[in-house]
Parts: sequence; C-alpha cells; structure tokens
Amino acid sequence: MSDVTPGGDQGSALQAPADATTLELVEVKRGMFGADGSGDTSGYGGLVTPVAMPAASSRPYGSWFDQVIDVLTEVLDEAGVPPQEAIEKVVVDLHGADSADAQRAELTIDVAREHVVAVCRALRDDQDLRFELSLGVSGVHYPHDAGRELHAVYHLASITHSRRLRLEVTASDDDPHIPSTTSVYPSNDWHEREAYDFFGIVFDGHPALTRIEMPDDWVGHPQRKDYPLGGIPVEYKGATVPPPDTRRSYS
Amino acid sequence: MSAPAAAPHATRPAGNEDMSSTVRAFEAYGDGDWDDIAREAIGEERIVVNMGPQHPSTHGVLRLMLEIDGETVTEARAGIGYLHTGIEKNMEFRTWTQGTTFCTRMDYVAPLFQEAAYCLAVEKLLGITDDVPERASVIRVLMMELNRIASHLVCLGTGGNEMGATTVMTVGFTAREEILRLFEAVTGLRMNHAYIRPGGVAVDTPEGFTTQARAALKNVRGYLKQLSDLMLANPIFKARLTDVGVLNLSGCMALAITGPVLRSTGLPYDVRKDNPYCGYETYDFDVPTAKGADCYDRVVLRIEECYQSLKIVEQAMERLDRTEGEPVMVADKKIAWPAQLAVGGDGQGNSLEHIKKIMGTSMEALIHHFKLVTEGFRVPVGQAWQTVEHPRGELGVHVVSDGGTRPYRAHFRDPSFNNLQGVSVMCEGGQVADVVVAVASLDPVLGGVDR
Repeated sequence: MSDVTPGGDQGSALQAPADATTLELVEVKRGMFGADGSGDTSGYGGLVTPVAMPAASSRPYGSWFDQVIDVLTEVLDEAGVPPQEAIEKVVVDLHGADSADAQRAELTIDVAREHVVAVCRALRDDQDLRFELSLGVSGVHYPHDAGRELHAVYHLASITHSRRLRLEVTASDDDPHIPSTTSVYPSNDWHEREAYDFFGIVFDGHPALTRIEMPDDWVGHPQRKDYPLGGIPVEYKGATVPPPDTRRSYS
Repeated sequence: MSAPAAAPHATRPAGNEDMSSTVRAFEAYGDGDWDDIAREAIGEERIVVNMGPQHPSTHGVLRLMLEIDGETVTEARAGIGYLHTGIEKNMEFRTWTQGTTFCTRMDYVAPLFQEAAYCLAVEKLLGITDDVPERASVIRVLMMELNRIASHLVCLGTGGNEMGATTVMTVGFTAREEILRLFEAVTGLRMNHAYIRPGGVAVDTPEGFTTQARAALKNVRGYLKQLSDLMLANPIFKARLTDVGVLNLSGCMALAITGPVLRSTGLPYDVRKDNPYCGYETYDFDVPTAKGADCYDRVVLRIEECYQSLKIVEQAMERLDRTEGEPVMVADKKIAWPAQLAVGGDGQGNSLEHIKKIMGTSMEALIHHFKLVTEGFRVPVGQAWQTVEHPRGELGVHVVSDGGTRPYRAHFRDPSFNNLQGVSVMCEGGQVADVVVAVASLDPVLGGVDR
C-alpha cells in the first residue's frame, strides 16, 4: 500500500496539496477473526491491514466534474476566498464504471472547514452551479484519522442541472468545530443538530444547536466509534448469545 | 364588559385562603366575551400546548409544541426522538446483508424503499451496479411502486380519519390490505421484509404472482376511485384542506422539502426522472404536479401518484412475465447468498432438499455457504450516496465502508425527518385544528424520522 502517489500534477491550481502524497489512512486493522493472544491458531493474528479512503483524483476528472470545479474556483476567487485553500482535494469515485459519465460516478470535494460556508454559497448561487438542494449532513467518525477524526459530509443536489456532489469537511476530536451552513441551507438545521447529537460536532453559528434524537441530558455522542453499542447476553435454548458488539468480528 | 362590583377582576385565584399553594388555578366568571375574560385572567402569559407525543393524530410519537393565542397558533415546534432506536449504529455491528433487516424497520410504512436505496448504495461500492439482473430490478420497481401506493393509502386514510372521516380510513386500509397480501405472497411478510438484498432480491416471485397481482390491483383501482369520490369533491373536506398548510416553492427549496409537498408547488422534481435508478428511465409514467401548494392539492397529487404507480406496476408485470425464470441475484457467488428459499418441514428456513444438496455434494460449498452467511462479503473501501424517490420525498443513503464485512457507517436521510422542519412554517398563524391537517399532509412516519 506504500506505492501510492497522488494523481499527477498538471499544474492546475486545484491539485491535491503537496502533503497529500499518501492515501488518506483512516484505520489500521490487526489480526482476523477477532482472535488474538494464545487463542489464535489461524496464523492471521499478525495480519496488519491499513485502511485508506480513495486518494485524490487528478485532472481530467471527466463528465461535468471539471466544469463544476473550474466554475467553483472562479467564483471563490471572485468572492475573495483562495480556492487552493478552500478546496483541499477532489475525489472522483467511479464505483466500478469505466468513465465518470456513468450515472453512478460521484464527485467529492474536501473543503477546509473555515471556508465551507463560502463554498456552499458559491455552489448554491452561481447560475452554472445551482446546487439548490442540500440533502443533509452525515457525520462519520474515523478515530484513526489523526487530527481530522470527525467528518461532516454534505450531499448537495442541483435540480437545475440534474447533478449531485458531496462536500466533506473535517474537524479534530480536540477542536470539533465546523461553521454552520444553515445561513445558506436552512434545511441543514436539523441535520446539523443530528450530527452534533450523534458525533459531538459543534456547528458554530447554528441558531439552536441542541440534541435532537437523544434526551437533552444524555452524556456522550452515541454514533462515535468509541461509544459502545451496549446490549446484554441473551439466553436461548440453553446457549447464550452475546451482545452484538462483543461477538466475533471478521474484519 | 362589566364585572361584579365586589370583585375588581373578572377572575380571582381559587381558594384565596390557601395562597401558599404553588399551583395556580383560576376561576372565571362574567358575562363578557371569552377573549376578555382570558385576557384579564392570564394577561400576557403565553399558553404553550403540548400536542403529543402520544396524540393519536400525530402519526406515532411526534411531539408538537404549540404556542397558542385563543385558537390561533402563534408558534409551532416539533419535538422528535421518542422513537430513536439506534438503527444506524446497530447496522455497524452486522454484515452488509443483515443491514437490510435493520433499515427496513426505519420507515415501516414504506420499508421497501429503505431496502432498495441501501442495496443500491452497497452495489455502487461493490461496483456491481450493472451486474444486477434485469429481473431483480423489475421486481424492485414493482415492489417499490406497490409500496408507494400502500404508503399513500395510509397517508390518505389516516389523514381522513384525523378529520373525522372514518370511511376514508376504512376504504384506505382495505385497499392497502390488498397490497399487503401481495407483499406477503412475495416476501412472506406484510412489513419488515428484508427482501431486497445487495445484488438482487432474496427470492423470485411465486408462481402465478402476476395473475394474483392483476386481480388485486383491479380492486385497488376500485378503492382509489371510491377514495377520490369520497374526498375530492366533498365540500367539507375541501373547506378543511384548501389553502391550509401552504408552503410555496421557495419555502420548500430552503427547507429541502421534497416529494408530494414540493410537487404541490408546481415543480416536477422526482428522483425517478431526475436521477433514475433500477431502470426507471425505461418506464412510461408522468410526474403529476399542482399549483395550490396546500393540503388539498397534496391529497389530489397522492391519488394521482397512485394511478401513476399502477401504470408502472402494469409495465413491470409485463416484464416479469417476459423474464420468467431468469436470475434475480447477481451471478457472483461471493456476494449472492445461496438462497433457494423454500419452506422446510419445520415451517421455516431453507428446504431440507436444498440443505441436503449442499451438505451432500460439496464440502467446499458448505464452507462457502457458512462463511458467506456468518462472516459476510467484503466491500471495497469508500463511500457512496444513493437517493430514491420515497413516497414522502427524497430518501438518501450514505454508506461508508472500511473494506470490512460490516458497514463502517450507514446514514439515512429520511424525507420525513427533513420535512418535519416545515411544521413551523406551515402551522404558524393558522388554527389549532389546521395543525392536524398540515401535519397529515407532510405524512411523517416517526420510525423513519427517529431511526
């Protein structure tokens, strides 16, 4: 997994930054079948598997992706936001398709958290972008992604142009702050409350950032990876079934 | 108004002798208007009424906090979370295939949509979108459209019931029963199907299904006619719904409200047309819209959408007849469960014959079967997003894989969850009785909202 290099550099302003020369490592798995110590007779106990999310893509991205990135760069520039800083990287997921023209190809833009509102505003308002519809915020917790453990993932849709894209913004566990996008997309109100409730991401500038699903006095953020699932052993016909989070894991 | 001379106010605290009581109670008398009495009694105090979470007209456990001034709602807020069961978290501890068993329980009125969206997202990650057999896609479309009709029937039926039109409810639920019987024939269950699986569907339709379905749908058509006769021209019904719960296009876009509520503003946005999946681009159907953006138009739209769904179902059944005997699961044996499901002698599980075949012919097949079912298949690292047109709007699924046999994260953007944000805008300034109508027109299902 060490031979991964960033996808080329054609001199574009939007290449992956120089320090993104490795894959985005989010986890390192050890062993297999959940067996470790003396119980491991499989020989798989020493297995080390790095888990890395897809690396930054290089130009041309294909389909309408290049155009959207170009326009976004331009609009951000006009608005006084340095695009190289705002757009950290661009990832194209082909999902098994031959080219980005396939309907299932997806565009992900990693956005620096301080510029997320400006990027959203540009994506919503420019006539060539027009991502009018925000389909919510999904939090993801990567405890091994040091310094950027918390990811907020925004899915935007353009009804005008029939396009969809994804913004990914990260924050660290120590400083879990991301600016709220409710000023641009009021619909993100509840979605940001949900991400706060489940992951502890604090959306600065949100009108009323309170828990939405869990009780107000709940301690902890349940969908974080360090929060246990809970459960009790269940006895059935003489055998005991352990709770799901203590069962053997294969990965 | 004139109050008795003995009392300076129209009201006096009840039980003057016990002023230490911390509970304030009032007794009102006088011959004036109630508004005047109330004003003197409570002055500028706000009256906040809790509607729910156990109110029958809140579709489950929705809590509405209404600040009222007489009969007028001045502020409305929705409180949710009473049905939060941590389905998304639970999915992280089960295999990818078991995920369908969990997500089907989210929006329990439209379970097949969660299954379909989730499976399409997993198939994207696996890179097998093109390998899903045509017959599987046809069955998915057929099941989803039947489910859309069933869901709309619940919406219309319960909506009518909440306004006191019990017949609307009984007709709606009788019609839904026809569809649930079809579900039972195909999946074995009336709800919580876990029928659509990554790679295809669990089992082919039973013999003679299309004949049974055609007969049932003829009845459904009749019930739909009854419903529209009962509702659409009824002056009381129209008076209750017209110009109530209005939310215009810009309001819908700002709050990302989709589905029939958005289409009632005149925008023909439908994921089936905008970003087709499961081969919807090959079916002939229309996206009905309306202009009024009120509750009445949403009822008209839902009835019309049922007819459009029937149209799709008929086309799907033709294809079903044409593809008789073709596979309903991807050919890749590393993904497809060896699920030639049949009822065994014990009334459940796989048939003895099938198990005998696996056990008797190949030990490797047995190991493979065991591994696939207990451990599950691995899904490449990455993330995917899939939306489908749910009866209530755009349902989105965000799945993240770390390359393991379980979802690293599965998030569902449930349309009801998002649409409930519109409650404030739709109810404020209206009457308390209109709240019930407005919420019914959003058609929230709290299982999906809270997950």
